[in-house]
Amino acid sequence: MIAELGHFATILALVMAALAATVPHIGIAKGDSRLMAVADNAAIGQFLMALIAFGALMYSYLISDFSVYAVAANSHSAKPLLYKIAGVWGNHEGSLMLWVLMLSLFGAALSTKGGKLPARFRTRVIAIQSALVFGFLLFTLFTSNPFLRLDPAPIEGNGLNPLLQDPGLMFHPPMLYLGYVGLSVAFSFAVAALIEGEVTPLWARWVRPWTLIAWVFLTGGIALGSWWAYYELGWGGWWFWDPAENASFMPWLVATALLHSAIVVEKRDALKSWTILLSIVAFSFSLLGTFLVRSGVITSVHAFANDPERGVFILAFLALVIGGSLALYAWRAPRLTPGGLFGMVSRESALVLNNVLLSTFAGVVLVGTLYPLVLEAANAGQISVGAPFFNYAAAVLMSPLIIALGFGPLLAWKRGRLPKAATTLLPAALVAIVVAIAIYWQAAGGVIMTAFGLGLAVWLLGSVLLEVADRTQLLKKPSGFVRRVRSLPRATWGMTLAHAGVAVLLFGITISDTWTVEELLVMQPGDEKQVGDYTFRFEGVAPVAGPNYTSVAGYFTVFEDGEELTRLMPEDRLYTDPVMNTTEAAIYPLVSGDLYAVIGEAAGGGRWSVRLYFKPFVSGLWLGSIMMMIGGLLSLSDRRLRIGAPRKQAAAPRVEV
Amino acid sequence: MQRFLPLIMVLAMFLLFYVMMTDENRNPNEIQSVKIGKPVPDFTLPGLEAGEAALSTADLKTGEPILVNFFASWCVPCRAEHDSLMALSEKHGIRIIGIAYKDTPDRALGFLDELGNPFARTAADQSGRIAIDWGVTGVPETFVVSGDGTITYRHWGPIVGDGMQAQVLPALEAAK
Repeated sequence: MIAELGHFATILALVMAALAATVPHIGIAKGDSRLMAVADNAAIGQFLMALIAFGALMYSYLISDFSVYAVAANSHSAKPLLYKIAGVWGNHEGSLMLWVLMLSLFGAALSTKGGKLPARFRTRVIAIQSALVFGFLLFTLFTSNPFLRLDPAPIEGNGLNPLLQDPGLMFHPPMLYLGYVGLSVAFSFAVAALIEGEVTPLWARWVRPWTLIAWVFLTGGIALGSWWAYYELGWGGWWFWDPAENASFMPWLVATALLHSAIVVEKRDALKSWTILLSIVAFSFSLLGTFLVRSGVITSVHAFANDPERGVFILAFLALVIGGSLALYAWRAPRLTPGGLFGMVSRESALVLNNVLLSTFAGVVLVGTLYPLVLEAANAGQISVGAPFFNYAAAVLMSPLIIALGFGPLLAWKRGRLPKAATTLLPAALVAIVVAIAIYWQAAGGVIMTAFGLGLAVWLLGSVLLEVADRTQLLKKPSGFVRRVRSLPRATWGMTLAHAGVAVLLFGITISDTWTVEELLVMQPGDEKQVGDYTFRFEGVAPVAGPNYTSVAGYFTVFEDGEELTRLMPEDRLYTDPVMNTTEAAIYPLVSGDLYAVIGEAAGGGRWSVRLYFKPFVSGLWLGSIMMMIGGLLSLSDRRLRIGAPRKQAAAPRVEV
Repeated sequence: MQRFLPLIMVLAMFLLFYVMMTDENRNPNEIQSVKIGKPVPDFTLPGLEAGEAALSTADLKTGEPILVNFFASWCVPCRAEHDSLMALSEKHGIRIIGIAYKDTPDRALGFLDELGNPFARTAADQSGRIAIDWGVTGVPETFVVSGDGTITYRHWGPIVGDGMQAQVLPALEAAK
């Protein structure tokens, strides 16, 4: 009964989406404000229906109603409550429902929070957003309906993939989806602007907060995914250039570029056509990211099922959305009048460089991800493109970006002065060079990339600090410094914090990559092993019974300078439904780095194979990501975006409903 | 022209996806064998049963197409395909060579006692060394070897569903 309610709500949402996607356009064409108002109402209606449907699905999971297809296929009565909830979206059907819920949530937010937009434009945006909702609901109902009943109902469900049975599942997918789906708003804005044939600085001011929200969530989602891989997969790595990781990284790169190019549109009325293209491409990458990796086209740990019918449907829909919007772009973009001119050395040029490097990197990641497919299609054999390719591309493309990042904020709009910026940044450059040379010299020339990476990180952090000092005239007029710091707009603090976050991230990557101590060995109880400055003593193993698994737990005591620091208990779990082995690394985070232990297989005679690591400053990865997120949120809370631009009441009357 | 560039690139990409997705014989997890069209590798393995003669390359050159199946008692999909192997051997009269992969002879023989023995000859590859020469990526895997000792087809994973009718038997026919 509850499942039928959800099913029915899904169908109602589909109908409302169909109405909201078509009627408002007719209203605009006829100038009928009542028809236009359908958009606002139906946007909220879609969200409520999607919420009811999602609630009904979650209820079916909670009571383990195995007559519901999705529950039987993915849940199990012995599963802990947390995973019954998180299991709702830990599979294809449920994740699609979550996607629809969020898509309609953003539609409803446009309707309620978009009051400052001109009615005509807001109506267009909501209509396009609703068209997306319609497409996904159609896909859900026809190929991936979670509410289908099974008769007879199985007595027990199939269970959830044990790799997913982790608290990470609670937060990683919803956060990532908020990011992916949030980019749909920028997409809808871009398509609406193309239809209207006009992009104004105001447009950029409207689209930026939505992109910022999406970017913050995307950053968080990727960081959480990385953290999850770090402790769940038990390899000690945090990024594997897996197709699904690339799929989340590409929209992030493009969204980052979009955030920066939208500033140019807002301040200088330039780069309009490019910004529109970025908005379309960012969401297109989100779509590819969510669906390509699951379609079975590319092998990935994230692949759910290989179902050609589903694949062809979603492919056709994506081709329509992406191809259609790009065709619209090709047709209408020439109408967008180019705006302000700017010199070779200027803030605009710095942001263009940022955009070129970020989008080139996104392009390279796309090529690397698809290259094996192209080769296979051409019958040239199977290959996989591995980390060395991507790492090399990252180093080549991101190093100039980081060097330029120091200069960008110091250059004036229109025409900047490079010598002045260079003078300001000289101390940062000197310190960075000294650090790089010192590390290179100390390690006897073996680690040129480490020296370079740390030099870059020092340069970036230094230049961010010098920029704040310059902006507040710390050195010229120290007296009123505190007052001037306090009066800096939040958007500036956001930028500073996010850029400093990149530096911290870079510190984390470089330091943990270079100075990780890794020991693979066989130990018997009582054995001790020195790992970096710490001594691990293996105390033995003991069986542990969990709610739906049994595991072998290894016990380690870690000493620092002869004193007990902590105890670690890594596990090797065997889940029963479905049968699968997972590794649970034990991690003890310190400011200086993580102690990381993994228990492997029995090696006979009471001995066990173990892996012990000391990973210095790996926390820089998470700290840097959090700084970037907080930076985004600070910028979002800036007064300029919060209250919006003053608008002319007469020119753009709001349709009251 | 350049404003059409994104559209053209995306359309080309989707065409590629469409071709890959609708190719029914394609399994993205499968690693294609590079051994097709090559002679079987040189090897000698001890027989599985006590007193059974050693199996070597020469035993595979029978003048007729045969199947070489890598299996293990610990392998669940091997259990799933066992009926197909029995049918191939009994109904279709195919000579099948079974090689137990990383398995003790006792357990492998126990497996065959329990489910029936479809194999004309058996051998034990306890270290898995010979399987590497064959390019085996996991068990079960089944190779069609033509009469002159050339590998003509590799079946990846268990022979289940219509795999026998649609793939293995035609491959055997083609190898004649």
